[in-house]
Amino acid sequence: MEFTLITLLNGLSYGLLLFMLSSGLTLIFSMMGVLNFAHASFYMLGAYFAYAISGKLGFWPALFIAPLLVGVIGAFVERYGLRSVHKYGHIPELLFTFGLSYVMVELVQLIWGRAAVPYPIPPELDGPLFTLFTTTFPMYRGFMMLIAVLMLVSIFLVLTKTRIGLVIQAALTHPEMVEALGHNVPRVFMLVFGGGCALAGLAGVIGGNAFVTEPGMAATVGSIIFVVVVVGGMGSLVGALLASLLIGVLQTFAVALDYSFATLFAGLGGSIGPETFGYPVLKLTISQVAPILPYMLLVLILIFRPRGLMGTREG
Amino acid sequence: MAIQFKKLIIPLSVAAAFAMPLSANAEVVKMAFIDPLSGPFAPVGQGILKSWQYIAEMANAQKWAGEHTFEIVGFDNKASPQESLSQLKSAIDQGYRYIIQGNGSGVALALIDAVNKHNERNPGKEVLFLNYAAVDPDLTNSKCSFWHFRFDANSDQKMEAMTTFMAKDPNIKKVYIIGQNYAHGHQVTRAAKEYLKRKRPDIEIVGDDLHPIGQVKDFSPYVAKIKASGADTVITGNWGADLALLIKAAKDADLRANFYTYYGSTTGVPTAMGAAGADRVKYAGYWNVNNDKFVGKEIVEGFKKKYNDDYYAIATYTGLAMMGKAIKESRSTEPVKVAFALEGMKSQSLNGEVEMRKTDHQLQQPLYIATWTKVNGKDVKYDQENTGYGWKTDQKFDSYVATQPTSCQMKRPSQ
Amino acid sequence: MNTITMQTTLTYKPINLGRWIIWGMFALILIIAPMIFNKGASLSILSQIGTVMIFGLSYNMLLGQGGMLSFGHAVYSGLGAFFAIHAMNLASAGSMWMPVTMIPLVGGLAGMFFGILFGYVTTKKSGTTFAMITLGIVELVFACSLMFPEFFGGEGGISTNRVYGEPIFGVTYGPQIQVYYLIAFWLFISTIGMYAFTQTPLGRIINAVRDNPERVEFVGYDTQWARYLTLILSGFFAGISGGLSAINFEIVTAENVSALRSGGVLLFTFIGGVGFFFGPMIGAIIGVFLTVMLSDFTKAWQLYLGVFFIVMVMYAPGGIASLIMLNLRVAKYGKFGRVWPHLWKTCLLALIALVGIVMMIEMLYHLTLESVNGTTMKLFGSMVDTAAPTGWLIAAALLAVGGFGFWQTKKGFSQVWGEVSTEIEEQIRRAGA
Repeated sequence: MEFTLITLLNGLSYGLLLFMLSSGLTLIFSMMGVLNFAHASFYMLGAYFAYAISGKLGFWPALFIAPLLVGVIGAFVERYGLRSVHKYGHIPELLFTFGLSYVMVELVQLIWGRAAVPYPIPPELDGPLFTLFTTTFPMYRGFMMLIAVLMLVSIFLVLTKTRIGLVIQAALTHPEMVEALGHNVPRVFMLVFGGGCALAGLAGVIGGNAFVTEPGMAATVGSIIFVVVVVGGMGSLVGALLASLLIGVLQTFAVALDYSFATLFAGLGGSIGPETFGYPVLKLTISQVAPILPYMLLVLILIFRPRGLMGTREG
Repeated sequence: MAIQFKKLIIPLSVAAAFAMPLSANAEVVKMAFIDPLSGPFAPVGQGILKSWQYIAEMANAQKWAGEHTFEIVGFDNKASPQESLSQLKSAIDQGYRYIIQGNGSGVALALIDAVNKHNERNPGKEVLFLNYAAVDPDLTNSKCSFWHFRFDANSDQKMEAMTTFMAKDPNIKKVYIIGQNYAHGHQVTRAAKEYLKRKRPDIEIVGDDLHPIGQVKDFSPYVAKIKASGADTVITGNWGADLALLIKAAKDADLRANFYTYYGSTTGVPTAMGAAGADRVKYAGYWNVNNDKFVGKEIVEGFKKKYNDDYYAIATYTGLAMMGKAIKESRSTEPVKVAFALEGMKSQSLNGEVEMRKTDHQLQQPLYIATWTKVNGKDVKYDQENTGYGWKTDQKFDSYVATQPTSCQMKRPSQ
Repeated sequence: MNTITMQTTLTYKPINLGRWIIWGMFALILIIAPMIFNKGASLSILSQIGTVMIFGLSYNMLLGQGGMLSFGHAVYSGLGAFFAIHAMNLASAGSMWMPVTMIPLVGGLAGMFFGILFGYVTTKKSGTTFAMITLGIVELVFACSLMFPEFFGGEGGISTNRVYGEPIFGVTYGPQIQVYYLIAFWLFISTIGMYAFTQTPLGRIINAVRDNPERVEFVGYDTQWARYLTLILSGFFAGISGGLSAINFEIVTAENVSALRSGGVLLFTFIGGVGFFFGPMIGAIIGVFLTVMLSDFTKAWQLYLGVFFIVMVMYAPGGIASLIMLNLRVAKYGKFGRVWPHLWKTCLLALIALVGIVMMIEMLYHLTLESVNGTTMKLFGSMVDTAAPTGWLIAAALLAVGGFGFWQTKKGFSQVWGEVSTEIEEQIRRAGA
């Protein structure tokens, strides 16, 4: 019982972190049709900025300042970089962000070195939140979940209840019309890109001290967020939430299961040994396969339901 | 002006010609360090390259190799076996006859193969491979080679020492083994199960997990599994971020188990551990600066002053000391002659007396078990990565304790 | 018709002579290259360039000719390499007859097989969906490669010895020069094969699919079938490239099927130019130079690669090939003389600014990463003290002079270039009308 509950909680918190990361990506994609390969690099940037700022001013100022800084950088990138590539089509835009991710990792390494940096959890958040049977659930995880939920709620409110949110939603599907109505659509694009990057930066601030802050952190998380965005449906925020929770819980539970086809056959009475044909496949336990489950999910979704769980547009 | 110079040319060149024979013997023994210097494993590679260079400076100043000097240059292999082969070719073209490597048994296996082929196809231009940290036992068993020398204790030797230490602890009843899913992780699991069964058959192995290397960011599910199994001890061969995150996750979930590791003291792990691992994390390795006489402390202090980094890889010291001795004994820097001098050699290093076993070129040396403890100025004076915590020696094992039999049948060239 | 004379760059009457000359020169360059670059390491670089060229050309069949952006092309070359290396091991053990010369064919067939297998699923969709599914597949295969050590060799990969069997005419493939000529041979016939593909109806249809898939459907062709066939053929050539790299390195690891390698070939092909057949070949040369050789000279090579790529995307999305062809076109119309004065001034000033930037980046890297070993470093042959301001001032001065001058001359250059281009296009339009 304890194990199931704790694993469920862990899965949910991991899923919410994934959501924080991929929400920005979904927004940018639904807005501009650009799949931002450098998104994970903005996540890394947020973590490093938070490390630098919290060293001088403390964690709480960093929580607000770092995402803003990352958002500003994102807006710059859009204005001076992406915009000039926009006229060449979608593939060059993708490639631009691809090259950008390389460059950002190099710059971070240049400034902060190649080793991991000690970005610590603030002492007031360090410690157990509650104890479930004998396992403690760390307070910081609870904090992460709280921030993620707050973020979701605030995005939803901004997009649906404020004027700028309505303009953004309109520009999503009818940019020319919106421009004809007198709104500065390129500026809206810049805002959305900056906002998406700021969200990634916030995820970095929160996640950087829970997991190690190092130059390799962008690469390790980069592919998973694409899976989330695609599985959830490119363009749907709620879909991204569902997909990240699904993947988070799936991966966390899968690790716990030590069953394989071999055990299944053994349970059914058959015997599987090293001489059986296909033994290397049969003896793989679910826990060993756990890390590739998201990719299998990605491939399956793309084959059977390309627009994702809740997507409204495809490709 | 020009005429004056012309007059001087003849006496100058005659003088130079006479000066040459005197210094003709003093060669620079160039060694190529082929390991990751960029990318995710850069900190470890850079740190150990600096260690080699620091010891080389010391060796040259103290004339460990007589008149010859060592020069160690880094070649970045980006942790890839294929890139290592390109760097090997490049180093050979630039005249390097000695290569040094240790980060990653996969790379070591590729290099040993390539060195064998090169030496076979190019007699007279042989290259020697000094392995300081790749611990897959196969390198001195089924894949052993005359051209390869291992200065680290291999995975089985470390497990032998670790399980001997564990056997004496009656509180260990349930053990969980977790590792990275590649050759090294497999070897650790296999050896742990075998040796524990031999020494303490009452210990129950309650779990055995292999996770993909370098990809898991969130170890809490694994920790939950460990908890559910009721284990009081965890054995792991993990290194780098995999070890750091595992220990962090254990602390977050309040897992009260002891961790027995191989690589708790390598670059990056102490910072990530901090206070979380205090009194719980142990390692089995070939040295600890906080040994009973603090042998080697001048090197640690000097290194810290120069690079603000920790010196822990004494295979660098052992390697250069034995190379120097081999060069002196064989009166040559030719790899074939040096190799014959190296095998079977006994030497003194910072951890005591060591011997390069002739059958398989595996160094036999003492091993330490140490625990992560707060610096107390008495038996723990030196900390790691400025964390205020260091390693306390629990026990030092003599070489013979961890000696392993070998299946090596290496082919030797004619002397 | 006039259009034909405009397509060829030479106007001899027997049109095929131009083709013979170009292919002949290509073969000649392949044969004499190792005599020019004859240092030991150069041979292995040339061999590497050869394999990457085939890989890039096969990738361009998808990207440049078919408009299919794939992030997982390394799957085909990597799996081809694995099959090739297992074939070599089997042949060395005597259980199979397969001379080394034929091994790339084994790789090619394996690549083709996986193209048939994976292609069916991936080519159902196009555009971003296709790109994402290829990304998923490459990550899957890469993760699987660590799970099945029996076939993939785990972290250490699979190694082999290419010297086996009876030597034919004394060729054992031990020395690197023999491997180079093997690669050059396969490169030559693969290039012919892929060029021939562009001249076939399938090759033309896939171009049409790239430009306007809907119209192709209306004309009566099945776009999915066209894409599928192209992917299979592309997988075949990628497998040949994989087999050659197995022979060249004598080791194949999980890295051969990684997303990193797929990303690499994408980068190289794009830098070279996707719009021209020979673009990926240029891209291969530059790519291997940047990744293999530059890292020997500077620690900042990844930064240079990334920035170079971004600059290419922003200012020359047609790649280096397009730059060359544009200049050639200007020369063909006899207007190069007008452009040249502006061109060389702009290039020179850009070069000066570049030297300044490179100096600053190198010094910065040295300061942050190497300063414990002393603050002096070797830069362009002379020792520079990175902590002292002189080096920085010189670099800043170079950057300022170069940058300002570049900005000034750029205006003149773009004006002349624009005029010339308009005139040329006008001529083309008039001639075609």
